[in-house]
Amino acid sequence: MWTVVMAQPLTLVLDVPETPGDQDPELSPYEESEVHDSFHQLIQEQSRWVAEEGLELQQVAGNLGALASGHQILLGAEGGPVYSTATLNILASMPSRTIGRSRGAIISQYYNRTVRMRRRSSRPPLGPVMCSARPSLRLYDLELDPAALQEEEKRSLLVKELQGLSAAQRDHMLRGMPLSLQEKRFLREKSRIPRGKQRGQQGCGRVFYCSRLRYTCALALHSLGLALLTRLHALKPWRYALKQIGGLFGSSVLSYFLFLKTLLAFNALLLLPLVAFLVAVQAAFPPEAHPVPRCTGLELLTGGGCFTHTVMYYGYYRNTMLNTPCSSPQCSPGAGSLPYNMPVAYLFTVGATFFITCITLVYSMSHSFGESYRVGSTKGVHAITVFCSWDYKVTQKWASRLQRDNIRTQLKELLAEWRLRRSPQSVCGRLRQVTVLALVWLLCLGVALGCAVAVLTFSEVTIQSPAAAGREAGLLVLPVVVCLLNLAAPYLFRGLATLEQHDSPVLEVYLAVCRNLILKMAILGVLCYHWLGRRVATLQDQCWEDFVGQELYRFLVMDFIFALLDSLFGELVWRLISERRLRRRKPEFDIARNVLDLIYGQTLTWLGVLFSPLLPAVQILRLLILFQVKKASLMANCQAPRRPWLASHMSTVFLTLLCFPAFLGAAIFLCYAVWQVKPSDTCGPFRSLDRMYEAGTVWKRHLEQGSPGAPWLSWLHWYLVENTFFLFLVSALLLAVIYLNIQVVKGQRKVICLLKEQIRNEGEDKIFLINRLHSVYERKERSRAGRAAEVATPALVPDAGDK
Amino acid sequence: MGSKQTVFTQEQLEAYQDCTFFTRKEIMRLFYRYQDLAPQLVPLDYTSCPAVKVPYELIGSMPELKDNPFRQRIAQVFSEDGDGHMTLDNFLDMFSVMSEMAPRDLKAYYAFKIYDFNDDDYICAWDLEQTVTRLTRGELSAEEVGLVCEKVLDEADGDHDGRLSLEDFQNMILRAPDFLSTFHIRI
Repeated sequence: MWTVVMAQPLTLVLDVPETPGDQDPELSPYEESEVHDSFHQLIQEQSRWVAEEGLELQQVAGNLGALASGHQILLGAEGGPVYSTATLNILASMPSRTIGRSRGAIISQYYNRTVRMRRRSSRPPLGPVMCSARPSLRLYDLELDPAALQEEEKRSLLVKELQGLSAAQRDHMLRGMPLSLQEKRFLREKSRIPRGKQRGQQGCGRVFYCSRLRYTCALALHSLGLALLTRLHALKPWRYALKQIGGLFGSSVLSYFLFLKTLLAFNALLLLPLVAFLVAVQAAFPPEAHPVPRCTGLELLTGGGCFTHTVMYYGYYRNTMLNTPCSSPQCSPGAGSLPYNMPVAYLFTVGATFFITCITLVYSMSHSFGESYRVGSTKGVHAITVFCSWDYKVTQKWASRLQRDNIRTQLKELLAEWRLRRSPQSVCGRLRQVTVLALVWLLCLGVALGCAVAVLTFSEVTIQSPAAAGREAGLLVLPVVVCLLNLAAPYLFRGLATLEQHDSPVLEVYLAVCRNLILKMAILGVLCYHWLGRRVATLQDQCWEDFVGQELYRFLVMDFIFALLDSLFGELVWRLISERRLRRRKPEFDIARNVLDLIYGQTLTWLGVLFSPLLPAVQILRLLILFQVKKASLMANCQAPRRPWLASHMSTVFLTLLCFPAFLGAAIFLCYAVWQVKPSDTCGPFRSLDRMYEAGTVWKRHLEQGSPGAPWLSWLHWYLVENTFFLFLVSALLLAVIYLNIQVVKGQRKVICLLKEQIRNEGEDKIFLINRLHSVYERKERSRAGRAAEVATPALVPDAGDK
Repeated sequence: MGSKQTVFTQEQLEAYQDCTFFTRKEIMRLFYRYQDLAPQLVPLDYTSCPAVKVPYELIGSMPELKDNPFRQRIAQVFSEDGDGHMTLDNFLDMFSVMSEMAPRDLKAYYAFKIYDFNDDDYICAWDLEQTVTRLTRGELSAEEVGLVCEKVLDEADGDHDGRLSLEDFQNMILRAPDFLSTFHIRI
């Protein structure tokens, strides 16, 4: 008698091809769903089987141990895990891997996204949808559904959802989809509904209609804003020139020219209100005629001469009401009945333009900062170098070769730095480095201080020596001296900087920028003291505001001339010398120095706006000519900097430097001039007042007298301007908001670390599961083979028994 | 608005405008660039949607692409059959994704496909080696290339399976603010 213990016949659904030639990376949705189903089923069967045949496990425990150890991660030659083909196929069809792979997957992902968007009760976001673009398993219920749909059905579902969106939203969705253009056009065509049906589909219910109306209005405004922006972009001055520069020299040099364009926009913004409210109005109602001297060519440089009594300077503006109906017969008839208070207009226009510039600057700075700063962005520098450093804009062969050389140098430097970090520097070496750094800093600060003292003594000399009114050229000496110092000192700084050795080229650039900035701010500070402190005192009976306005004009023009000369000699002649004599490469385009020159010029403009309302026009002219000259000089004489820059960080840094030392300093200068300095008695719109801001108080009193039922004005004036409690409150709130934001960023960093750890653990879990499944599968295979052999042998015995 | 053009129907032009990041004028300009590549092949009338493909050799000789070490991969990724020969739709698609108005995630998706040389939906060590070699014109030694690839995998591979998936790549791109300005072709 024999008993055959036969196990239950197992129906194995999974049929994973083992041959390597069978790997089909482009699994269609049919196979995907099959694999999901069968995988799910396999796990259930195996766990059931393992639970039932628990005893068997103990018997073959010894074997299993050996098997399990044999199935640990086989390390391949490179040190990474090596999986069998079956495992690879399973891994490749895991839900998290199929997102974004096949067309069906993309379509279903976007279907889910539009469903979520429509289900939301509040207005969907109009801006770029940041987080929802990340593929997430939670949205993925369509693929895991056992009754998974075919691609056609998914597409029709998506089309139906798209039909429910508005046109702009649908376009926005379509543009962002990573599908081919043909597919997008098909989806768009299918999801367009004729006008009649559309009207019928909308609006059942009053409440629904109201929210739709509000949404439509907001969307219309948004599209209007977008249309305006695209028109402005389409104007795009210098589009071809910027493309050429970007193609030849890369993004870092391009950032200088883009910054120039930004400054042009700021100056245009500054000029428009000034021209509209001050220059045009005063030009329409000119004051009594002054004897105008003949125009020689010199006033283009000095700003005096025949420019003196024109709209260009503060002194021309009247301190009375313009356009008043007058009694004397000399008045021009047909004047309008709206009186225009010139002093108040002057004060408020200058204040308003500064305020608008401040808001625009802070907004663009924060926007640029948000784009360029990321939590944890300092890590992963190798990956970022490999994937994000090739600039696709570069189009010339030699520029492309230069870029390859740059990237190779960068990679070599990164590897060298990594090797160096493994063998840290000795204490002696580090100490030496620190001493050299401290010494160089001391020298640079000393040079800056020396320049400032030189400018101070020179300005005192110009006050002491009687500059006769006829000798106009004598007025140019101070600007020329300052420009020479501004030109020579950066070269000195660069020479001193070669003494110190830095590993990081970005640090070198930042240090150079800092030192140049300190020099320029020191010189400007001395000049401001000279104008508002000393000149006001010495020119008490004359028009000192005109003089200060003319000084600033002179400084702008001289700076411009020196910039042109520098381009000519610094770059052209240097290139000729270096090519003929020294046989070296072309000189590099020094981005830091050029940008600081631009910021310096803009600071001068802002300083001078109060005293010369047309100064932004001079600056615009300057910038236009400078663009062409710098571009020509760049193309002819220079090459791209050898050490590549982080262009996005640089533009944030430029804007920050423009905002903080430059604009802030100019605003402080303006506030001091308005609040503390006595305006001159003989010229200008504030000639009868003690301080410039009194024009505002006088007008307020005038308004109160005129209409006594306006106590809110004095209340407003008292609580907002005179009382300091309001300012304290606002500053305290601002500080609290900044502190909260810093804490939020710290928390985000911690969360990122934790999530990274979790992802790593999940990866290890996955490897463990694969190994266990392998071992289970192999054991099952072996036992099935064993049982097949057992079935084969007893089949013979009953035959013998029957006989 | 604009001059009357006979290349596309109004609907076609509107469809292109809605599905790409280009305006009408830019689409016409791009069409003429495409036509200039192969004047005998590309008809001047697209109202009947002719099935015309410009071969890869001509696409790769465009001034915007000819010095790019990844031009072949770019053409392969955006072409219909993966062989580099592009129709007008593919051409417009390519420059639309590479324009400055395309969002970061769209660019990251296509950048991933470009750097995936063997088209297996992962950037493995071999793909990385190819990328680094093309970037440096073969001037790094084999040991240095291997070292760089190892460090890249170290930094970017989140689940430690030895290769980069699309999510790893997108995570890394999020940390690189320069990506939008470098992965951009002006046309």
